[in-house]
Amino acid sequence: MSHSFDEISAQLKRRHRKSARLKWMSMASLGIALLFLVVFFADMLNKGLPAFQQAYVQVEVDYNEDAETMGRAALDPEIASLVSRSFERLIPGMIRDDADLLGTTETRWVLTNSQVDQYLKGHRNELSDDEKAAIDERVEDGQVDMKFNTTFFSQGDSKMAERAGIMAAAVGTIMTMLVTLAVSFPIGVMTAIYLEEFAPDNRFTQAIEININNLAAIPSILFGLLGLAVFINFFGVPRSSPLVGGLTLALMTLPVIIISTRAALRSVPDSIRQGAFAVGCSRWQVVRDHVLPLALPGIMTGSIIGLAQAMGETAPLIIVGMVAFIPDVSASFTEAATVLPAQVFTWAGEPERAFVEKTAGGILVLLAVLIFMNATAVMLRKKFERRW
Amino acid sequence: MQTNQIFLLFCGILLLLGLVAFFLGRAKAARVRGAGISMYAQPDQYAWFTVLSTAGPALMVGAIGAFVMLLLGAEIPTFYLLSGSLVVAAVGLAVGVMQVRPEFHARQAIEHVIRLLLAGAALISIFTTFGILFSIIFEALRFFQKESLWEFITGTTWSPGASFLEAAGRAEEGSGGGQFGSIPLFAGTMMITLIAMLVAIPIGLMSSIYMSEFAPHRVRGIAKPMLEILAGIPTVVYGFFAAITVAPIIVDVAGFFGLDAAYNNAVAPGMVMGIMIIPFISSLSDDVINSVPDSLRQGALALGMTNSETIKHVVLPAALPGIISASLLAVSRALGETMIVVMAAGMRPNLTANPLEDMTTVTVSIVAALTGDQEFESSATLSAFALGLALFVVTLTLNIVSVVMIRRFREKYRINDL
Amino acid sequence: MNSQVAEREMTSMTSQRTGQPVTRNEQVGHDLSVRVRDLSLWYGEHQALHNVNIDIYQKNVTALIGPSGCGKSTFLRCLNRMNDLIRNVRIQGRVEMDGRDVNEPKMDEVALRRRVGMVFQKPNPFPKSIFENVAYAPRMHDLVSRKADQDELVERSLRDAGLWEEVKDKLHQPGTSLSGGQQQRLCIARAIAVQPDVILMDEPTSALDPISTATIEDLMDKLKKQFTIVTVTHNMQQAARVADYTAFFHLGEIIEYNDTKTMFSNPHTKKAEDYITGRFG
Repeated sequence: MSHSFDEISAQLKRRHRKSARLKWMSMASLGIALLFLVVFFADMLNKGLPAFQQAYVQVEVDYNEDAETMGRAALDPEIASLVSRSFERLIPGMIRDDADLLGTTETRWVLTNSQVDQYLKGHRNELSDDEKAAIDERVEDGQVDMKFNTTFFSQGDSKMAERAGIMAAAVGTIMTMLVTLAVSFPIGVMTAIYLEEFAPDNRFTQAIEININNLAAIPSILFGLLGLAVFINFFGVPRSSPLVGGLTLALMTLPVIIISTRAALRSVPDSIRQGAFAVGCSRWQVVRDHVLPLALPGIMTGSIIGLAQAMGETAPLIIVGMVAFIPDVSASFTEAATVLPAQVFTWAGEPERAFVEKTAGGILVLLAVLIFMNATAVMLRKKFERRW
Repeated sequence: MQTNQIFLLFCGILLLLGLVAFFLGRAKAARVRGAGISMYAQPDQYAWFTVLSTAGPALMVGAIGAFVMLLLGAEIPTFYLLSGSLVVAAVGLAVGVMQVRPEFHARQAIEHVIRLLLAGAALISIFTTFGILFSIIFEALRFFQKESLWEFITGTTWSPGASFLEAAGRAEEGSGGGQFGSIPLFAGTMMITLIAMLVAIPIGLMSSIYMSEFAPHRVRGIAKPMLEILAGIPTVVYGFFAAITVAPIIVDVAGFFGLDAAYNNAVAPGMVMGIMIIPFISSLSDDVINSVPDSLRQGALALGMTNSETIKHVVLPAALPGIISASLLAVSRALGETMIVVMAAGMRPNLTANPLEDMTTVTVSIVAALTGDQEFESSATLSAFALGLALFVVTLTLNIVSVVMIRRFREKYRINDL
Repeated sequence: MNSQVAEREMTSMTSQRTGQPVTRNEQVGHDLSVRVRDLSLWYGEHQALHNVNIDIYQKNVTALIGPSGCGKSTFLRCLNRMNDLIRNVRIQGRVEMDGRDVNEPKMDEVALRRRVGMVFQKPNPFPKSIFENVAYAPRMHDLVSRKADQDELVERSLRDAGLWEEVKDKLHQPGTSLSGGQQQRLCIARAIAVQPDVILMDEPTSALDPISTATIEDLMDKLKKQFTIVTVTHNMQQAARVADYTAFFHLGEIIEYNDTKTMFSNPHTKKAEDYITGRFG
C-alpha cells in the first residue's frame, strides 16, 4: 500500500516540471513589468537629456542703423539664417536702450535656431546642404558649440523651440500647489480628526466614510467638469488661473489626505488617549497636544504623496483651461497660468521635431520633482516609523 | 483693485479686533482669578473664547452676504457688507468679554465650536460629491433638452461638429445640426480598456503571485517599490510615451505582418494604459493573496502538493473574489483615464473591431468638447456633461460592486478563522 | 545492530544532560517508523530544539506533551519539513525514515509530505466541496484514475474518518459549511485519503468541543491500525487515553520518553512527574 520515497519521487518529476512553469511565468511577468520601467526611463532620458543642451553660435553683431529697425541687418547674411529669430528681435531694443552701441560691433555667443540645434544633435531638420556645410565649418573652428541650456530653465513658453522653457510652468505649478495645499490640507486633516476622534458611529458618519472612498475612485476628469461648472461658471473664478486649478486639484487630493491622516491617527495607540483623558484633558486637548504630534509624520507623508499625485495631474486642468500659452512668468493667483504637466501636454502637440525634445526634457524635470517628493515621503515614514 | 484694498483693510481690522479680544479676555479672566475667585477654565481659554465670539459671527455674516450676492444676484456693495460684519465683530467682542465670568464654561464652549468646525470640514467631502453629481446632472439635462436621449444611447454617429454652427446662427451651413450617438465612443473606450486589461491583469496578477509566493524576501523588498514607481508616473507622461515611442513600434510591427495600422491606433494607448495599471492590480492582488489564511496553504502542502499546485488549486480559487474586485476597480480606472487616450488615441469616432484602426473614447470627446472657443450653451459643449454623467454612473457602479465583493471576501475568511 | 548502538548512545547522552536515567519501552514487535537523532533547531539566534532523540514506532499513537513553548509542535513539524516554510530556520541532526534522512538535499519534501500527512490545530478545509476536499489530493497523486475508484476512495476515507454517515447526502456542499468537529474529521479524511505512513496531529482537538474531541480520540484509536500517529496535545488526559507512547518536552528537550502507562503512573524523571501532577506547565 505504501510507496517508497524513490517510487514517489519518480512520479513527482512530471508534477515538479509542470509546477516550475508557474514560477518561471510569474517571474517573467515581474521581469516584463520591471523591464518596461527600465525601457521607459531609458527612452525618456534618451529623448529628454539633449534638451538640457542647446546649440550656440559665435557671431559678429554689427549695430548699424538698419539694425535699429530690423535686427537681422546686424548679422552676416550667411549666418543670419542660423541664428534664433528671438535674438534678432532683441537687437533694435538693445540699440534703443543704449545709444552708444550704435556703430560698434561685438562678437558674442547667441542661440541658434532649433533647426541648427536639431542638426547638431543628429535629428531630422529642414536645413539646406549649404547651411549644413556652413555649420560644419563653424563647428571645426569652434564657432558653433553646445552649451548648457539656461533658457530652458529661465524662460516661459515660446513658439520658437530654442526659446521655450519651463519657468512659467514651474511657477504656475508652485502657485497651483499652494492653493491645493492651503485648501486640502486643513480640510483633509480636520475631516480625518473629526471622523477618527470625534464622530459618533452613526449613519451620518458612515455616509461620509463611504463618500470619501467613492470620491477617491472618481475619474479625475470629472473633477474638471466640477471645476468648470461650479468654480468657473457659478462662482466666477477666473478661467485658467492657478486659483481654479488649485481648487479643483484640492478636491481631488482631499480623499488621499483624509485616508492617510486617518491611518496615521489610528496608529496612535489608545493608551496615549486614555492617559491624557485621565489627567483631565478635554477631547480637543487630547487630540491637539498628544495625538496630533505623534501622528504628524504620517500626516505629512500622506500629504506629500497626495500633493505629488496632484502635481502630475493634467486632465482636470485641461478642462478648466490651464493649458494656456504662457510666455511670461507671472506670480498671480488669478491670471492665466499653466503647470508642468500641462506644458508637457502642449509641447507634445507641437508638430516641430525640436519640441519632442523639449517635451521629454520637461518630463524629466517633472519626474525628478515627483521622485524627490515621493522619496522624501518614504524617508519621513522610515525615520518616524514607530511600532507600538 | 478697489475691492482688494477694502478686503485687505477688512482682514486687518478683523485681525486687530481678534487680538484685542484675546488680550481683553485674558486680562479680565486674570483679574477675576487674581481676586481669588476660582473659575471653570484657564485665562487662555477665556481669551480664545472671546476671539471666537469676535471673529466667528463676523466671518459668518461676510460669508452669508457673499453667498446671497452669488445665489440671488442681490447687489450688496462690498463696502457695506464688510463694514457690517465688522460691526458684528465689535458686538461679538463686547459679548465675549462680558461672558468672561467664573461660572462660564469657556473650555466646553470652545470644544463645542471646534467640534462643529471639524464636522463642517467633513461635510465638504459630501458637498464635493454632490457638487460633481449635480453640476454634471444639471448640465447634462440641458443637453438632453436639446438632443434626444434615445439617440444618445442608441445612435452610432457622433459628429457634434455641425451643432456649434447652429448655435452660432449658421445652421444652414452645417448638415442640419450635430449627431450625438455615443455608441462609437463607448465602443472605443471598451476596446482600449480591453487591451489595457489584457496587459494589466495577467502581468499584474502573475507579478503579485511571484512576489507573494515565490520571491525571496530581498527581491520582494526591491521589486515592490519599483513597481510602485510605475503608478506614480503622471498620465501625461504615459500619453507622450504611447504616442511618440509605442505607436510607431506598433505600426512597424503591424507592417511586418503585412497589416495596416494607423499611428493613433488603439493598441498603443491600450498597452501603455495596461502598463500603468499593472502596479494597481499587483498591489491589490498582493493584499488579497496575503489575506488568504496560511492554514490553507499549509493544509495543501501537508498533503504533498507542490508550491505551484497549492497556489493554483487552493490559494487562487480562494482569492478569486478579491482578484475580480481588484480587476473591476482597474477597469473603472481605465474607463476614466484621459491623458493617455487624448494624446495617443484618435479623435475620430469609429465603430470598428480592429484595434489597429484609430478610434476615440468618451474622455477624449469630453476634452474635445470643452477645449477650443465654443459657445458654452451649444450642444457640442454640453455633450461633455452627458458623457461625464455616463462615465460617473459606470465608474461609481463598478466601484460599489467591487467594494461590496471585497468586503464579503474579507468577512468570509474572518468567520472561517474560527 | 546499528540501531541498538544508536539507542545506547541516545540513552547515555540524554541521561548525561538531565542527570536522570531515561527509560524506554523495550517491547518487541514494534517496528521503527521514524528515528530522530540529535535534532537541533534554531529560529534565527534562538535555539528551539536541543539534541532531540526519539524513536517512533509504526501503528502506534505517540503523544508529545509539555508546557507551551516547549518545542513539541516545532518538533512535529520537523517530521514533514513544514518548518521549511519559515524563514531563518536552521536544522541540525537526522530525522530518518526508511533509513533516509528527510533533511538530506536529495529528499523531495513533496514526496516526504505525501508519506507523512498532517492534521492541524484549527480545521482548515479547502474552500471546495466536501467531495473535492477528499478527492483532490489522491487525484493529484495519481492514486485514482477512474471516476468509480475516486468515488470509492472518497467514501472509504470519509468512513474511516467517521464522517460518511453525516455527509453522504451533501457531498457537494462546501467543506466550510460543516461544524468545527466535522471540519476536523474532514481534514483527517483528507489526510488518510492519500494513504500516508505517518499522520501528524498538531493539537487536533484544541479548537473543538468535548463531544467532537471524544469522537476524534476514538478515531485515533481506530486509525492506528493502519497508520502511525504522532500527536501533540496540551491535554494530559487525552495523552493518557489515546497514546501508546508519550514523550515529555521541556525547553526544547525531551526530558522523558516512555510508554504511556509508565509515564503517567510511574514517571522516571522528577520534571515529568511535576508536570503530570500539575505542579507546573
